[in-house]
Amino acid sequence: MSTIDLETARRVAKLARIAVPDDNLPQLAEELSGILSFMEQLNEVDIEGIEPMTSVTPMRLKRRQDGVTDGGQQAKILSNAPDAREGFFAVPKVVE
Amino acid sequence: MTLNSLTIAAARDAMRKGEFTAVELTEACLGAIDAADALNAFAHKTPEIALERAREADARLKAGDAPDMCGIPLGIKDLFCTEGVATQAASKILQGFKPEYESTVTSQLRASGAVMLGKLNMDEFAMGSSNETACYGDVVNPWKVDDRKLTPGGSSGGSAAAVAADLCLGATGTDTGGSIRQPAAFTGIVGMKPTYGRCSRWGVVAFASSLDQAGPMTRTVRDAAIMLGAMAGHDAKDSTSADLAVPDFEAALTGDIKGRKIGIPREYRMEGTPEAIEKLWAEGTEMLRDAGAEIVDISLPHTKYALPAYYVIAPAEASSNLARYDGVRYGHRATLNAGDGITEMYENTRAQGFGPEVQRRVMIGTYVLSAGFYDAYYNRARKVRALIKRDFDEVFAAGVDAILTPATPSPAFGLGEMADADPVEMYLNDVFTVTVNLAGLPGIAVPTGLDSKGLPLGLQLIGKPWGEADLLNTAYVLENAAGFVSKPSKWW
Repeated sequence: MSTIDLETARRVAKLARIAVPDDNLPQLAEELSGILSFMEQLNEVDIEGIEPMTSVTPMRLKRRQDGVTDGGQQAKILSNAPDAREGFFAVPKVVE
Repeated sequence: MTLNSLTIAAARDAMRKGEFTAVELTEACLGAIDAADALNAFAHKTPEIALERAREADARLKAGDAPDMCGIPLGIKDLFCTEGVATQAASKILQGFKPEYESTVTSQLRASGAVMLGKLNMDEFAMGSSNETACYGDVVNPWKVDDRKLTPGGSSGGSAAAVAADLCLGATGTDTGGSIRQPAAFTGIVGMKPTYGRCSRWGVVAFASSLDQAGPMTRTVRDAAIMLGAMAGHDAKDSTSADLAVPDFEAALTGDIKGRKIGIPREYRMEGTPEAIEKLWAEGTEMLRDAGAEIVDISLPHTKYALPAYYVIAPAEASSNLARYDGVRYGHRATLNAGDGITEMYENTRAQGFGPEVQRRVMIGTYVLSAGFYDAYYNRARKVRALIKRDFDEVFAAGVDAILTPATPSPAFGLGEMADADPVEMYLNDVFTVTVNLAGLPGIAVPTGLDSKGLPLGLQLIGKPWGEADLLNTAYVLENAAGFVSKPSKWW
């Protein structure tokens, strides 16, 4: 069923926000197609009426009060940023 | 015997008796690490931190307040965030990242007095089975039988090589599809993936969140039991961590498995499995039978669909988890050209920062989650996953206590030998281990023999959810019966 053509490879790379030069698209498309055809085996399985697995043993997710539990760590949060200025993460201009 | 080749249990007992200090033990490991650069196991060495913690451990030992792991030198996989110490997941995209916080698992180890020697090499973002995708270069297996350099397996390849080469007494690993058990088998050590939720994932760089689980890599089953005890436990910061008491795993090692039912799954007899591994499996079965276990043939009918299901689910979760690497908050940011906007920044940062295997998996994940394919791939895979889990549930409900299988489909292969192979061929390394992650079960690889060339081979035992104590005891029996004592001869 599915092979990935050049256009699809280009679109997937765009969606994933990974720059792929045009020259590399054919190889990428071929590799992705290979992996997808490996996945095609899943079509042999009868999944009628099966619910996706959610946990190893029945477990209710813990709840807590919806309140602030942390904060006041601006310097720590910014300490690893490639570009931080005046207490903010700096990025190229987004809005004209 | 040098101090760095001791087991955790032996070092613990000797330090409590005052036979040597944690500082002496740590110095022995640091010396071994500096002499082993050829293995490339350690990516970031932290000798100052190690000695400081060793001194603290000695003070606790002296005061008689020494938990089991007190003064034990460990290697920490580069996937665990360590406060103030480089944490890169072996990726260029996290170049320079020094977390302001410590993962729960390493905090607990630290609180128990363990000594961190440094950060261990691994496959980039834990994606790989040969430790050839790291930005630090390949890890080399200390085992060598000819001119070739062999892979230690992956993704916890640095952890496996460091433990096998006596650079540390134990190491943390993480296992998403076999990343603890496969390298353990390739290097002749013990590696355990606990039940999903047994160890907190908080502060562990995420790959596939519904599959990732941290675990110990050690030289013996007893050491795995001791170390797991210090790593495990409920953590409010990880909503999937189980609020269950942590049993005394070491106390469970009674050596008695009389009457236990061990299942041998027929679907794990796969075409092309080397004879040595078939033989090892048959011998392991007999060892457990001789120890008084009842051996039963079982069927896990959906086994063959585990790998394709995994290679939908894991990349899907990875594509989502790795979206955070955008060059804004941490790590690498691409240099911008004139006129570049934020989209170019994202795209170039990620193209430069992620290696080819990570890029491939992020893109596969993006594809299977994209509009129109979500049901066909992702939801179908999640349902197949439920069936794989049901196979195990039914076997355990029928009275089986543990399942014995090979750990890997081959012994360690040469570095570079899979370079031209299809990505899917590399994925086949996980064929015996990946079912366990999908079902969330505990699994342990135990070294049980050597192949004809002298390379280590391991068997895997799979246990019931939360049944680590019982599983470790069965592994202990197998370990004792196999009597695996071989070590790699030092060439590095």
